[in-house]
Amino acid sequence: MRIAVCIKQVPNTEARLRVSRDGKWLEEEDLPFVTNENDSYALEEGLKLAEKTGGEVVVFSLGPERVKDALLKALAVGAARAVHLADSAFVGGDALATGRALAAAVQRESFDLVLTGSQSDDLRFGGTGSILAGHLGWPHVWLVMGVELEEGNRSAKVTREMESGVNEISRIPLPAVLEIQAGINHPRYASLKGIMAAKKKEITRVTPADLGLDAAQVGAAGSRLEVVSVSFPESGAGAQILEGDVKTAVAALVDKLRKEARVL
Amino acid sequence: MAKIWVVVQQREGQLPRISWEAVAAAQKLAASLPGNNGSEKAEAIVLGSGIGLAAAELAKADLAAVHVADHDALRAYTPGGYIGVLAPAIRAAKPDYVVFPHTYQTVDYVPRLAQEAGAGLLPEVTGFAVDSEKTDGGLLWTRPILGGKLQSKVRVKGEGTVLVSVQSGAFSADSLVKGDAQVDPQPIAVDLAGVKPDREILGYEEVAGEKVDLTKADYIVAVGRGVGGADKMGPLEELAKALGAEIAASRPVIDNGWLPRDRQIGSSGQTVAPRVYIAAGISGAIQHLVGMKGSSVIVAINKDAGAPIFNVAHYGIVGDLHEVVPALTEAIRAAKG
Repeated sequence: MRIAVCIKQVPNTEARLRVSRDGKWLEEEDLPFVTNENDSYALEEGLKLAEKTGGEVVVFSLGPERVKDALLKALAVGAARAVHLADSAFVGGDALATGRALAAAVQRESFDLVLTGSQSDDLRFGGTGSILAGHLGWPHVWLVMGVELEEGNRSAKVTREMESGVNEISRIPLPAVLEIQAGINHPRYASLKGIMAAKKKEITRVTPADLGLDAAQVGAAGSRLEVVSVSFPESGAGAQILEGDVKTAVAALVDKLRKEARVL
Repeated sequence: MAKIWVVVQQREGQLPRISWEAVAAAQKLAASLPGNNGSEKAEAIVLGSGIGLAAAELAKADLAAVHVADHDALRAYTPGGYIGVLAPAIRAAKPDYVVFPHTYQTVDYVPRLAQEAGAGLLPEVTGFAVDSEKTDGGLLWTRPILGGKLQSKVRVKGEGTVLVSVQSGAFSADSLVKGDAQVDPQPIAVDLAGVKPDREILGYEEVAGEKVDLTKADYIVAVGRGVGGADKMGPLEELAKALGAEIAASRPVIDNGWLPRDRQIGSSGQTVAPRVYIAAGISGAIQHLVGMKGSSVIVAINKDAGAPIFNVAHYGIVGDLHEVVPALTEAIRAAKG
């Protein structure tokens, strides 16, 4: 099977985050970036299915120059090739604009399956893969916890996570878009050999024009949402922080729980 | 005149709390939009099969209309069926906003509905206010980003319907306005002849081991990724014993196999509201917070002072849980005598 996997590079939220000078995003200097967690699971699922069926994985990502690192890491664990939607016109899109661009990129080749992560850790739209599927006219399933190929790879039995500890089991015809949930598998690590091999693999850069799109249809220009500002949530409603060394803080906490909250 | 719709989610004919929150959000939205001067009310839509009772419940809220798509083909939820009903309705009536509860079901179909209906998509909002920088009365929406560490304020631009989903707990169901007179639910013609079946539902399965009912616990000690491993769980269990608490966890702990899945709190686990919830080594991702933020007293222990859990906690200690938890166990034992 030929499988496209769309990945996103996101800020490492464990790092110290600072709001950028224009107030609309983060200060990216010295900000560490990682592959979005769910997308790593999508890539692993793609590699497993490709191995099982004797196919290959082509990895797609949209974003600035730094995204090349995420693509190289995907090539190092086994993707055959990469496509980078690198043009600055692609940046700043909402789920509709990014889904449109990725669909146009995926459509330039023929695939049996497209995998994405279920949601990005930074913007949390959770719909880019479904929108991509809408453009392709393929079925999609969001929050996928299991994939079994059936009928000579013409359909798949898919497990979708629902609320309250229940899973939906369904059958979908292929080709389709599956949006993968963390925990479905155990993503592999790159070997030294894989890292060396990745350097020789092809990363194709594409512009909106290459995809037959106008720059006004993608990125910030092609979006219905406009970010006005980002900020840390107002504190104040937050916790009373009990200061001091461990013993002092713990004693103060127990005192609060007994006398103020009256729960002990 | 702005037109506001709300599409509620029903579960076996019942309307869960988050659906009422979405109705409350739609009512608030209808009252906030310019030119509406409080006269234009929201309209509600419910889809399913055999959902007369849900529609009747809905009709008691202060709404302009309740529309019911009651059809056997909608008995089991599928994106094809729901989009097949809603996309033509949106294209025909061109509402300004359609409000949804933000759930695993709506995230499955609403983005694609936006794409197919030519609408905008604004997921997981926590609030809105009239944009003071604009004179047109436009709205400024708030939504969490970066795991809830930051929030983003966004404006909608361009023409056409926008589909908005509201985060669980962001709009209080208690602020729902009841109507003076019950409206008569109106049937929506369901024509799914042209809809390509996209998903054949084979069944539903309980995730293995869903046995422990954490919703009945008065005290909960919840463990996050910060605990570092299954072998480091001992002191947490000691704390739970000292408090008479159930032990629970956030999703990464479960995915790593450090605790069984029936101990999971959050959107894919159980939703709890105990008297005391101690979150140790839990950063407070939104998926976790929606499962526990109704707790009476929340205590957070985390070494990252910027962790979002401190925004919902009542008391916090910034420190290493491996030092704080044993000290807390000892202090609680001493206090209880």
